[in-house]
Amino acid sequence: MKHLLSLIFVLLAGIALAVEPDEILDDPELEARARAISKDVRCVVCQNEPIDSSNAGVARDLRILIRERLVAGDSDDEVRDFLVEKYGDYVLFKPPFNAKTYALWLAPLALLGLGGLAAATVFSRRRGAADAQAGLSDEEEAIVAELMQRFGQDRQDKDG
Amino acid sequence: MQRILVFIPIVVVAILGGFFLWGLNPDRDPNAIPSVLISKPAPQFDLGPIAGVDSPGLKTSDLAASGEPVVLNVFASWCVPCRAEHGVLTRLARDEGFDLMGINYKDKPEDARAWLEELGNPYARIGADETGRAGIEWGISGVPETFVVDGSGTVVWRYVGPIATEQSQDELRAALAEARGGAGS
Repeated sequence: MKHLLSLIFVLLAGIALAVEPDEILDDPELEARARAISKDVRCVVCQNEPIDSSNAGVARDLRILIRERLVAGDSDDEVRDFLVEKYGDYVLFKPPFNAKTYALWLAPLALLGLGGLAAATVFSRRRGAADAQAGLSDEEEAIVAELMQRFGQDRQDKDG
Repeated sequence: MQRILVFIPIVVVAILGGFFLWGLNPDRDPNAIPSVLISKPAPQFDLGPIAGVDSPGLKTSDLAASGEPVVLNVFASWCVPCRAEHGVLTRLARDEGFDLMGINYKDKPEDARAWLEELGNPYARIGADETGRAGIEWGISGVPETFVVDGSGTVVWRYVGPIATEQSQDELRAALAEARGGAGS
């Protein structure tokens, strides 16, 4: 347990290291917003790391830039738009909902719909089959009765 | 209705197959970062010259000043691939007759000066981007990166990495030819 805790702390220290002390803003509220934004911004060098935890030079520049824009009074969205303008939607880990990403956002729903449709068909068909096994409908009983009667007559005719 | 449902698995497989085929295409580079600058006006920046280097500084309006396409190269003395492409760019600028513009990215003036003195200075203009802010305006992810800007100041081509291979040189020539054709018409 002790080892696990110390391991966790060591790992956390690694994450905290990327944001260097001289970058941190005096205003804790702005700093929190900056951290929140930088967690969702991709480092363009390392690609799968957010700039918040990246040690790359460009990541540091972008962190400082985000803080500068926040201090200048930009809203979170304005800061994000500024970055997207330079680096494209690619820079955001959470892709926005626009013409280029309709397929990305809607495909799961479409697949779910298709799956649901397929499942509904299969289940309704299975239920139909189950009903049929449970017994014969009135029409079917009538047909069977008629057939039995005719069969019986045939036999009588032959026997006779 | 049931007839149509029978074809759903086939359609799904066809869509997935198409996606896998696209993913397996050897020409596709999954690491390539799409550039948003292409077909857009060159970003606004205004950089002074490197102290002690003859080339004047570089700002956005300089790129379209001649009305001819120019090649913008982002370089740094600390960047090893930049050294590899330096000779190629020097030769291309001479043979193809374009103005080579430079952005000296996050470099110390004395290092940049020594580097240019050692390898030669093929740049018509060099902007010193000591903070890397102009680099962010251009959306670069590192150095070297090279852009072609046409005569009207529109970015038409971007290359990430050194222009050293035959393929990258051909791409640059093609982009340049297209920019020249577009500017002439």
